[in-house]
Amino acid sequence: MNVITVDIAIVGAGGAGLRAAIAAAEADPSLTIALVSKVLPMRSHTVAAEGGSAGVIQAHDTLDNHFNDTVTGGDWLCEQDVVEFFVSRCTPEMIQLEHWGCPWNRKPDGHINVRAFGGMKIERTWFAADRSGFHILHTLFQTSTKYPSIKRFDEYFCVDLLVDGGRAQGATVISPSTGEFTAITARAVILATGGAGRVFRQNTNGGIVTGDGMALAYRHGVPLRDMEFMQYHPTCMPGTGLLFTEACRGEGGHLLNKDGYRYLQDYGLGPVTPEPRNKTMELGPRDRLSQAFWHESRKGRTFATPGGDAVYLDLRHLGRAKLKERLPLICEMAEEFMDIDPAVAQIPVRPAVHYTMGGIPTDIHTATPLAGLFAAGECSSVGIHGANRLGSNSLAELFVFGHVAGDEAVKFAKGAPAVEAGKLLDQAKASAAKVLTLRDQKGGGERHAVLRKEMAVTMEKGCGIYRLGPEMQETCDKLAELKRRYRDITLEDHSSVWNTDWFSVIELGYQLDVAEAMALSALMRRESRGAHQRLDGFETRDDVNFLTHSLAHYREGAAPEISYGHVKITKSQPAQRAYGALGEALEAKKDAAHA
Amino acid sequence: MPEAAIAEKTVELRILRYRPASDAEPSFGSFEVPCTDDMSVLQALQTIKDTLDGTLSFRWSCRMAVCGSCGMMINGKPRLACNSFLRHLPPGPVTIEPLNNFPIERDLVVTVGDFVKKIESIYPYIIPKEPKTVADGPYLQTPAQLAAYESFSDCINCMLCYAACPQFGENPNFIGPGAMALLQRYNGDSRDGGQQKRLDTIHGEDGVWSCTAVGICSEVCPKHVDPANAVNQNKTNSAFDFFLRFLRPGGAR
Repeated sequence: MNVITVDIAIVGAGGAGLRAAIAAAEADPSLTIALVSKVLPMRSHTVAAEGGSAGVIQAHDTLDNHFNDTVTGGDWLCEQDVVEFFVSRCTPEMIQLEHWGCPWNRKPDGHINVRAFGGMKIERTWFAADRSGFHILHTLFQTSTKYPSIKRFDEYFCVDLLVDGGRAQGATVISPSTGEFTAITARAVILATGGAGRVFRQNTNGGIVTGDGMALAYRHGVPLRDMEFMQYHPTCMPGTGLLFTEACRGEGGHLLNKDGYRYLQDYGLGPVTPEPRNKTMELGPRDRLSQAFWHESRKGRTFATPGGDAVYLDLRHLGRAKLKERLPLICEMAEEFMDIDPAVAQIPVRPAVHYTMGGIPTDIHTATPLAGLFAAGECSSVGIHGANRLGSNSLAELFVFGHVAGDEAVKFAKGAPAVEAGKLLDQAKASAAKVLTLRDQKGGGERHAVLRKEMAVTMEKGCGIYRLGPEMQETCDKLAELKRRYRDITLEDHSSVWNTDWFSVIELGYQLDVAEAMALSALMRRESRGAHQRLDGFETRDDVNFLTHSLAHYREGAAPEISYGHVKITKSQPAQRAYGALGEALEAKKDAAHA
Repeated sequence: MPEAAIAEKTVELRILRYRPASDAEPSFGSFEVPCTDDMSVLQALQTIKDTLDGTLSFRWSCRMAVCGSCGMMINGKPRLACNSFLRHLPPGPVTIEPLNNFPIERDLVVTVGDFVKKIESIYPYIIPKEPKTVADGPYLQTPAQLAAYESFSDCINCMLCYAACPQFGENPNFIGPGAMALLQRYNGDSRDGGQQKRLDTIHGEDGVWSCTAVGICSEVCPKHVDPANAVNQNKTNSAFDFFLRFLRPGGAR
């Protein structure tokens, strides 16, 4: 067991982890920072974000607009004080990224260009073609190399947190290339490990998105908040679930059913207009568009593909030049993966799981309920997404709250007593022994891949776009069964160098815990709100009983316990959530009342 | 999905295996993998790992050719496994090997640390020509100024160009095409003033002059970054800079 002592340990080096590391390094260059990532930082899943990042910049847009789009989009399950802070910090963070070199798209005069996105009143999505996440991640990674206090642990896999005296004080990690363990002790710890979309079958996520940080915090007594809210992105590749960005629609793409009809007009999203109209039709929010697909499929107006029912994403009218400039990655994916040229043919698409709205609860300062532990990015639930995330807010979240986490960890680390290395080392050794036992497990002959597949299938069935009580119960039961079988699985690989069999099993353990929190939180929420829609007598939003955050508490060897927490409402009282013509009428009424 | 239909068709994958604890040297293993027409090489490898042999090791993540993890030699050419489709490969066995020119750690996993150090060595960040604070707002950059470096910023660090480069194969210290493209990405950026500092890193024998203009790096690039063009531009810049040194106060260093 190696031991390394630093001031701040950051687990995860995607957008949030890198931003936190840079913030901490700038706040106090004398502090030592360990930046741990199970992959090279530029492989982190931020890389796959396409459309762009929100920040008010146009003269006719306001922070209030961004606030309202976010809170309404989240079906009022947002922490409104946090949203207010967030929208005020987005644009400065976008500018900071610009200064660091992010190749944002420009207007002819050299000013920043923005594009339309779903559920957005005024265009405010900063973008770098359709590789926004890729450019942001590489910009951040490359920029991070100029800070000598950031010591990277590339390709180190985190197996546990070090927690002593009610305070997070580091992490136990393995180097895959040697199989050696290292105890990293720290005065403050930041989790920035991303979401958990891989617990579902068809998803847009990379293989690494396995809820590691969520499960680690959860097992140490930190509840997971609002885990029932999983975002289905409406336009994904059938079968693989790969993402066709919302920017396809932001740039003017249409969704058509098998008859060539723009079906969204049948689901309260009309009127149909020749030019894109904000918050209308294809520029509606993700939850509503995915739900419309579900109904369309039930009506028999979708078409079958080997990867499931699909509708058409039509980009042909945008023309080849615009497609190449604004959506080059989309064109590449359609051409390479599907042999389709989007300039001449329509792309079959269907919804797939995209984003984990819930996560590790934090306050506005990114502090979790566990002292010394901070969280930022998709693994966290700081309270800006509510029941349905607004497109473009997740990238912005990484920088706004990654920055806060870095600053806050510095403050905490400076005030925290030194760690007691001896006690922590004992803990690290115990964690190592546990995962080594798992590595050597002979078991009853069942492969972990079988369990992973069954988990993904049951999650899709029970926690899909629409949900039913008995099906969610079945999913909960199935997950409990899978956890029992997990204890007796067989590892084929017992070696120490690049034993990816072993890491997959540890990840599966994380996934099963997180999946259980999702399924039970879903079953217990007896209403429909945002991405959580039921068809078994709870079809409407119930603000009397469920304008509340769910909190899933881990219990070893048993189902989680669910409790509920307060939602902070400041200036936007829950109201009817509408888009298209009705949304415009309601907004006009509200404006008239204010005038 | 009809399971019987899937089982009808198979493809043979010949994979170079190496397990350091038990193997003296790498050797080929063969797998008969059930397949469909829409399958990528990555999906075939995942099928092996999930159903035939859990000990096979390889890196992968995004599945959509942007994270840069799954570079490997496929039928002798450096490619990403995720966007190489079985239907596009010639019939017959598919040969899979780890990326050329890198030390093998295990199976298809190669050592990447030296490559990352090369990227770090060229000052891969904006060294502002005119420093600004966030309160000052964004720099202006016209679409033409963006276009001057944009394609070089598309590099996904997949290292395929290093696996293809004969010079890197002979001299592992050669800075290589990917890092040179990144250097050009920053040197070509209108906001940047660090050109001289970066040029100084590539004058030496392991720098830009090691390149013999084979150009295969650009051919294998999955993102059309054209590192060969970056290398060429830097040869010109390096030569120009070499002569300028004698004219600068202090002369040649």
